[in-house]
Amino acid sequence: MKILYLFNYWIVIVIMLAGLYAVIASSNLVKKIAGLSIFQASVFILYISSGKILGGTAPIVDSSVPADVVFSNPLPHVLILTAIVVGVATTAVGAALIIRIHRAYGSIEENEILEYEE
Amino acid sequence: MSAHLLILLVVIPLFSAPLCILLRRSRLVWLLSSLSTGACLLISILLLQQVYRSGTVTYMLGGWSTPLGIGIEYRLDLFAALVALFVSLVGFAVALYSYTSLQKELPRHKHPLFAAAYLLCLAGLLGITVTADVFNLFVFLEISSLSSYALISMGRDRAALLASFRYLIMGTIGATFLLIGIGLIYSHTGTLNMSALQKVLPALTGKASIQASLAFIMLGLAIKSALFPLHLWLPSAYTHAPSAVSAFLAGTATKVSIYALARFIYSVFGKPFVITQEHIGIALITLSIPAMLLGSMLAIKQQNLKRMLAYSSIAQIGYLFLGLGLSTVASVGATITHLFNHALIKSALFLSLGCIVYRTGKAEISSLSGLARQMPWTMAAFTVAGLGLIGIPLTAGFISKWALIRATLTPDYWPLAVVILITSLLAVVYIWRVIEAAYFQPPAPGSTGRTAEAPLGLLVPTWLLVLLSLYFGIQTTVNFGIAVKAATALVGG
Repeated sequence: MKILYLFNYWIVIVIMLAGLYAVIASSNLVKKIAGLSIFQASVFILYISSGKILGGTAPIVDSSVPADVVFSNPLPHVLILTAIVVGVATTAVGAALIIRIHRAYGSIEENEILEYEE
Repeated sequence: MSAHLLILLVVIPLFSAPLCILLRRSRLVWLLSSLSTGACLLISILLLQQVYRSGTVTYMLGGWSTPLGIGIEYRLDLFAALVALFVSLVGFAVALYSYTSLQKELPRHKHPLFAAAYLLCLAGLLGITVTADVFNLFVFLEISSLSSYALISMGRDRAALLASFRYLIMGTIGATFLLIGIGLIYSHTGTLNMSALQKVLPALTGKASIQASLAFIMLGLAIKSALFPLHLWLPSAYTHAPSAVSAFLAGTATKVSIYALARFIYSVFGKPFVITQEHIGIALITLSIPAMLLGSMLAIKQQNLKRMLAYSSIAQIGYLFLGLGLSTVASVGATITHLFNHALIKSALFLSLGCIVYRTGKAEISSLSGLARQMPWTMAAFTVAGLGLIGIPLTAGFISKWALIRATLTPDYWPLAVVILITSLLAVVYIWRVIEAAYFQPPAPGSTGRTAEAPLGLLVPTWLLVLLSLYFGIQTTVNFGIAVKAATALVGG
């Protein structure tokens, strides 16, 4: 059952490679940005999975909570919140660039744009 | 006040950026960005003095302590102080330069946006140098990268957009690799503080995930610092960006990534793990040789001068990685000195090239013919900085190349000294092409009338950096003396 136990991490690897493949293999700039977002999302899952402790509960310290309760680590969630903001900003800048590239070249296919550049 | 100097280095440019957008008036915005970069320069000089006299300066953000795991520590040692000094120095010179330079490159209503992105980029770069928290380092790296994508896309040419987009793709992949590596370290150690990591990580070096995190972090930062063969984003980004942006990024962005890489090697993972156990040093040396040779050879072939300087940067990045890879006190000291000197020299070269573009509208070598008679000050600046790039004695470039060659003169590594000498000769070739065209060729027959000398608003910042590069070639206590001390503290013994 070791494989199922690491289920989250298998998913991370699959999503990561799928995203990276989309960035490298697609010629359409929008698909590249989408691939980049998928790639980043895999890292978000990696962080959040590492914060979960089996049997751990929400990390709210209160006097009514018994002393032997195990808490999940909240810090990875906070860290990844920052990284999600960074990811959204990257996608936004990328999308804005694509709009301007479309205005300047009339295309968002990388191979067509490169033909104009020749 | 003086207790908060460290954080002001980041806070001043960070808060000036939105103010720039509110001010709207081009001249006011320029005044604000010059003032705030000037303040950064002043603070980094004060901090360097303070660190030099009384040792490392630390600052806990918001007064939170580290044991809880939520406090973010800022720390400035000699290495960081030296990097912060040249980043703010180049930042100040380029901020002065940008006002006149942008008149011809960007519509007036976009100047505040440019200044805002520029100050954010500076805040990010300075943040990387002062932080002692690895996750914070990632955030600052992304702040500086995102704003540099915006800055590059402001180039006049539509190719700037594509260059910026490609840099965005490569840069984000690099930064995400860094993020993966940091996540793997954190899940093992539960801390993000560099000095805490330095204590716990040596016990964990047998773990596969720590080794994987080393690989991710090295690869991510190597993409960011454009180490051959991960340099493909760099030439077109520098070629198509506005002149001021090329000068700023060439002087600071890749250098700060190399700083971060050195930090991770020596202050986080530790030399025994990275160099002795995982042989990263050999990998860096192996990649730096083609970087130096191919970078210089491609620079010779370029017709566009901005692209030529960009390829020359790739060769110089090779020198920096060579010093890091050798990993002795002498070689890392040479790398730190070269970080400092090359930042001044390469920015001065890009700034003087910006003067030429401002007057002639072109950066092609064919448009230079006979230009030295019409723009004597600009071409003199280019020549002096070019000599520094080659490494002629009495220039700053000589000091660092000399230090690097001396570091390679060991029984095992002496062939590397030959490679350095060959690439210096190649640098003579590509700099000489420019000098020959400008000084010894008659003006092109089709050229109508005279080209005036560049305005003072461009010449003053350019010459500021040129003169400083001469000054640091003669008075070497700051760049070389402190760099060796910093390397001793970093590498240890």
